[in-house]
Parts: sequence; structure tokens; C-alpha cells
Amino acid sequence: MRTAKLLASVVLAIGTAGCLSFVEVSVETPIKPKLDASKFARVYVAGFIAGGSEDVDTNLETVRLLRSQLKNKSSLRVIEADVQPLADMAVKAAGLAPGPAAPGAAPGDAPKLAIRDERDMLPYEKIFADKEYWKGVGEEYQGALIVTGSVIFVPYQRSGYVQTEQEVYDSFGRRSVVPVRTYMDRKGFILKPKFLFIDGKTGETLYSETYREEILYNTEQSTPALSSYFELMDRLLPSFLSTLSSQTIKGTRVLLR
Amino acid sequence: MPTWKKVIAWATVGVAISATAAGAGDRKEARNQVEFGIRVASQGLWREATYRWERAVELDPTYAAAYNNLAIAYETVGEFQKAKQAYEKAIELDPKSIYIKQNFDLFKEINDRANRQAPR
Repeated sequence: MRTAKLLASVVLAIGTAGCLSFVEVSVETPIKPKLDASKFARVYVAGFIAGGSEDVDTNLETVRLLRSQLKNKSSLRVIEADVQPLADMAVKAAGLAPGPAAPGAAPGDAPKLAIRDERDMLPYEKIFADKEYWKGVGEEYQGALIVTGSVIFVPYQRSGYVQTEQEVYDSFGRRSVVPVRTYMDRKGFILKPKFLFIDGKTGETLYSETYREEILYNTEQSTPALSSYFELMDRLLPSFLSTLSSQTIKGTRVLLR
Repeated sequence: MPTWKKVIAWATVGVAISATAAGAGDRKEARNQVEFGIRVASQGLWREATYRWERAVELDPTYAAAYNNLAIAYETVGEFQKAKQAYEKAIELDPKSIYIKQNFDLFKEINDRANRQAPR
């Protein structure tokens, strides 16, 4: 220990004296926002067309989560208003008949859309190209930046070989950990959100980004769908936020003499 | 050897010596600039460091370390295009340096992230 400390101080002393050919420095690299939102003072998260699991209300959960994140981590003022009746509008835009009402749904509730994957979602996405509709929404909120899109959150199962670590003891009783490949049935969720940023003054889509995240657990493990949803959203939030705000990435680089 | 030939020969030698001396002087000055740049960069003064390393590569355009440092300085101020060019020049001049390669790999990761999807 003492030798290690001595060595470290010798290296430091040599480095300080300028004898080393390199110097490691901490750097902060700024990344510009993906979208120039400087002309907007306010942002309105209008709601999402949701599909997949019925265990989580992905529309409202996504609206709540994005609003709170934007409030804390962007310079835009977040408009706290009711979400748009997107499911209704999407059905009209798609020219389709609404699906059967959800069990226990009251008259006037949003229609239940039978969306399991991107292919099912496609006809409903026509609503995002309806500039007049979004211009109308924008007028209601003084031309704010509108965040909308679609969220698919579906249960998922996969079987296959998984590498795990296993403790083994040799004939002398010495412990070691070895990688073991085991065949396992696993289940989890896939989250596929598509975020659109629409100019509330013109109704035009300024930027859109699609993500795909998945999580798998052992079949014996019981994880609530809502926890999985938040875990998956946590992974993509930094990228979502970097659309509107600049970020700095901390790291180290080596300067040379 | 005729006299005029001797004069030319000596003149050539003289020019070569003075050019070498000037080259050596520039290289020494470039090293001083790099050293000063490292000192100020360690204090977070990246703009000053950039100026020093730009001067260093002007004085000695074969100085790979100066290009490497310059690339890092450009990174810290968000000048990604210039950083990329400086890294590429550093690697061209010293293709064996693992430090330059490592710095460039880290930069590329960030650069790719920044350019992952261009706004439409």
C-alpha cells in the first residue's frame, strides 16, 4: 500500500514537472439541441396515440412524465392543460370505425384503438400530418411548441440462451465464479415511442424521433407493467430532452506534449 | 572547381544551414506554445489554449501532438467539424499513437450522438 502511494506520488511529481509526454484532463463537451426552439416560449404536451398493453395508460403517463421533465430540465414554460382527444381525431383522420368500447367505459370516453404494433398504428398517424388541426391547437395556446406522437407498450416473451455467473468450488474448497450459458424463458415489455415536435403557429412537424427499448425478466419474477414502463422511459429521456435543451457530456482526454 | 561554382556551393550550404536553424527554432517555439497551452487548459482556459495550439501548428505543421490538443480544444467549445479535421491530421502525422486514437474514438462517440438524427 505504502509502495503504491509512493509510486503514485512519484508519477504525479514527474507529471507536474513536465517530464511525462501526456496529461489527462477532464473535458465537458457541449452538444447543441437537435431542434432550435428559441422562437418558442411555451411547450404543450398534447397527448399521444397509445397502443399495446392495457395495464398502463401510456397516453396519460407519457404526458405526465414529459411535462414534469420539461418543467425541470428545459427553459420552456410547460402548459398544464387537458390533453387533446387524439384517439377520436385519429379515428376520424384514418376514416376507420372505432373499436369496441373498453369494459366499464362511460359514454363519451375515448374510443379504444386496436393497436398492437407499428402496422396497426400507421392509419392513425395521419392525424400528425393534419396541419390545420395542429394549427387550431396552436391557436388555442398562442402558437406554443406542441409535443405529440405515439407510444406502443407491449408485453413480450423470449426464450433462448442467457449467460449467467455461477459460483463453483474446486476440490480444495476454493470459490470461483464462472460464466454459464443457460436456456431460459423470459418475459418483459417493449416500448416504442415516436415523439413529434409541431410548430403551433404553422401546424408543421419540425422534428420527429422514434425509439425502441425492451426489458426482459425471468418468468418467475413478477414486475408491474408500470415499473417496466418507467424503467424504459428513463433510458430514452436524456435523448428526448436533448432535442430541446443543450447538454454537456463529461469525459477525459489526453493532451500530448 | 571554378570560382563561381564554389560560390554557388557555399551559398547552398549557407541557405540549408540557416533554414535548418530557423526550422529548429520554429519547432522549439511550437513546443513552448504546446506546453503553455497545456498549462492554461489544465486551468480550464480553453480559448487561450486553442490560440496557443493554433500557433503551434502554424509554426510546425508536422507536430501531431499539437493537432491532437487542438482537436480537444475545439471539442470543448463545440466546434465538432474543426475537431474532426484536427484529429484526422494528428492521426495522419502519428498513426501509431494510441492516445490520439483513443481521444478520436471518444470524440466520434459524441459526434455521432450529436448527428444521430438531423432535424427535418
